[in-house]
Amino acid sequence: MSTAAASPRKVQMSVIGPVLALVILVIAGALMNPNFLGLDNITNVLARSAFIGIIAVGMTFVITSGGLDLSVGSMAAFIAGLMILVMNKLLPSMGVGVPIVLVGMGVALLAGIVAGLINGLLITRLGIEAFIVTLGSMGIYRSLVTWLADGGTLSLDFGLRTFYQPVYYGGIFGVTWPIIVFALVVIMGEMLMRSTAFGRHCAAIGSNDQVAKYSSVRVGRVRLLTYVMLGALVGVAVIMYVPRLGSASSATGLLWELEAIAAVIIGGTALKGGFGRVWGTVVGVLILVLIGNLLNLTDYVSPYLNGAIQGAIIVLAVVLQRGSKAGQ
Amino acid sequence: MGGAVTEPVLSLSGVSRSFGPIEVLHGISLALAPGRVHALIGENGAGKSTTMKILAGYQPPSSGDVLLDGRPVAFASMGEAERLGISMIHQEFNLAEQLTVEENIFLGRELKRGLFLDKAAMRAQSRALLDRLQCRVATDRPISDLSNSDKQMVEIARALSRETRVLIMDEPTAVLTRAETSILMEQVRALRAAGTAVLFTSHKLDEVKEIADDLTIMRDGAVVWSGPASELDEHGMAEAMVGREMSQLYPAKDGSPGEVVLDVSGLTVPGYAEDISFTLRAGEILGIAGLIGSGRTETFEGLAGLRPASGAVRIKGRPVTIRHNWEALDLGLCYLTEDRKTRGLLLQKGMRENLTLQALHRFSHGLLDTRAEEAALDRAIRDFDIRGSREVTVGHLSGGNQQKLLFAKTMLSDPQIIVIDEPTRGIDIGTKQQMYEFIRGLAREGRAIVVISSEMQEVIGLADRVLVMRQGRIAGELTTDTITEDAIVRLAMGVGEPKPVALAKELTE
Repeated sequence: MSTAAASPRKVQMSVIGPVLALVILVIAGALMNPNFLGLDNITNVLARSAFIGIIAVGMTFVITSGGLDLSVGSMAAFIAGLMILVMNKLLPSMGVGVPIVLVGMGVALLAGIVAGLINGLLITRLGIEAFIVTLGSMGIYRSLVTWLADGGTLSLDFGLRTFYQPVYYGGIFGVTWPIIVFALVVIMGEMLMRSTAFGRHCAAIGSNDQVAKYSSVRVGRVRLLTYVMLGALVGVAVIMYVPRLGSASSATGLLWELEAIAAVIIGGTALKGGFGRVWGTVVGVLILVLIGNLLNLTDYVSPYLNGAIQGAIIVLAVVLQRGSKAGQ
Repeated sequence: MGGAVTEPVLSLSGVSRSFGPIEVLHGISLALAPGRVHALIGENGAGKSTTMKILAGYQPPSSGDVLLDGRPVAFASMGEAERLGISMIHQEFNLAEQLTVEENIFLGRELKRGLFLDKAAMRAQSRALLDRLQCRVATDRPISDLSNSDKQMVEIARALSRETRVLIMDEPTAVLTRAETSILMEQVRALRAAGTAVLFTSHKLDEVKEIADDLTIMRDGAVVWSGPASELDEHGMAEAMVGREMSQLYPAKDGSPGEVVLDVSGLTVPGYAEDISFTLRAGEILGIAGLIGSGRTETFEGLAGLRPASGAVRIKGRPVTIRHNWEALDLGLCYLTEDRKTRGLLLQKGMRENLTLQALHRFSHGLLDTRAEEAALDRAIRDFDIRGSREVTVGHLSGGNQQKLLFAKTMLSDPQIIVIDEPTRGIDIGTKQQMYEFIRGLAREGRAIVVISSEMQEVIGLADRVLVMRQGRIAGELTTDTITEDAIVRLAMGVGEPKPVALAKELTE
């Protein structure tokens, strides 16, 4: 068999590609609008990145192990609705304070874990395609939140919202909580992916699940864990999201799943699994959010075209990925 | 045998080929004459595959000429080579799994009547082609339902359907049983008689001896011997391939079996095997022979927890229940798959990730210890003589090196009972000899070994004791003196043997 040496240069191109794109975006932004690199704007961009970013870190593991989860946006909306309902219900008995917020957070986390567990069990135990399962649960959660809100909006009690708001707007040393949590999730995710047996197993399963099975890897359990982890991270994102607006409706979390998946792919994780990197996902998220931000700050292109530009970038990212593989 | 040497139809003249800075073929010259069978042999990594790909127009040479009917040609694509009458059958099948047999045979050149497909004609022609190959598979079945040997026959039928002047086959018999191989040989003879030039590679030197008129032997990307096949015997071929004296292929059976470490009784794998009972001693190599489809692989996958199975299993006298293969591994029992490319190794990953995958917990203290992994890889490369760059993905390694890596990967878990399924499928004779040494060495260390093999010589040469399987049951056991080819064939085919009791009962009921 011939030994065509895999060119290391091309691998590097796919590594620095997204970073290069991000750097170009930042430079272009700074040139177009002097406020772009201001502290306020950077804080704003990072905080807005946090929701999608936290979810996208979880999505990186799911995709790396050869799976997919389309339900995260609806799941976020449902969990937000559930959390608000529970907190409003408990308000008369518990009153405004830390305990009720903790209970709300617990509900969000638990709901996320259960939702992830349901997706994961259907996929791993019943062997149904992840695409089908999560397409189904996407519809179910979206419909459930609409039903809970009776077609309208679920709002957190005003006093409670004011009390809870610092979780989104507050922080330490000028860094807001969503950014801190996002950073922690990224650091832990990167470590988990890069240097633990779990991360290695995810890549192995996504690369070839038969090989993983024959290598005594507990394929079902690892896969299940990726969905549970993603569910839990959706819960975390909701905990950060609810204090921002204090409400949930059928429009909450709309298309988050697409943005999360797009961020993962732009970051260089292979859509068919087998290879994933968390830091790349962060770059992907930043690219997506920065484009929206730039369009808002400048008036060269209408912000309404945000989706079109994001879409073009997603396709471009995949073309570049493909290009670096064709060199085999 | 072939007639007088005629003008070659397709030949290579001083062909070299480089991948990046590495030259893998150095000045190859080779000529295929009509009506002659040409065998190309060499160790894995000698450059046979690349040579064939250049002949078939899959890759252009970096320098030198491909000559068709004496004139230099440059194939724009493999489609062009195919139109000019050159067909290549790959080792890995090139079939659309979801399409039917007939759809595959005519894929890309479907017969039409007006705007629509002429299915009846395609079906009839497919049937006729397969009948020529004595392949009885229905033409409307999807490829994914077929056994490997039937897939091979479909590949050959496809090549036959295209007025082929030159047929190139990459290890056509690697996945075939003896009976199927002899059918293939007949077909090759028929093609030869019809004036087709045939080139094939094989690691089975007896086949080469049997059918080849011309012979080219490659080593390290260069031709080291070429001439009429009749001038070299099998031993001479092996020596030319390996480039050194070949001592005994099989190591001495000097094991001294110890206590019974594995005791299986009444193992049943639903749909594949029934009532399998045997024992295995420490330091012993137990061979498992039988035809493809006799349930050998499934039996041991069932034993190792890779398939649902029932039955009583004792390891070192202790009754155990194995439902998953990680439970088997914890008990020191490991099954090494026959299918290294789709079940054994992650072809897109490097050596290190592959080596440690099964024993990853040994390198994990919360976080993975990459340095320890690298050290383990150093050791594996040394102990198992794995050649090839550490930088490339495992898919780029030769078959022999892949198999050695798979071996090293398994041994990292230090199993005491090792089931090795087809230890030398598709690897060259030099590496085979090394594998046999490894296996015997493991037995000498006191490990208990099961070797499943379709190669009769391998079972005979390697095993201390042989179980022959037939139709999901153990047909018989052979020990030292009674292990002969004849005895194995008799048991495997069920010749000269009373009907199994269960079957007789069914018949009377």
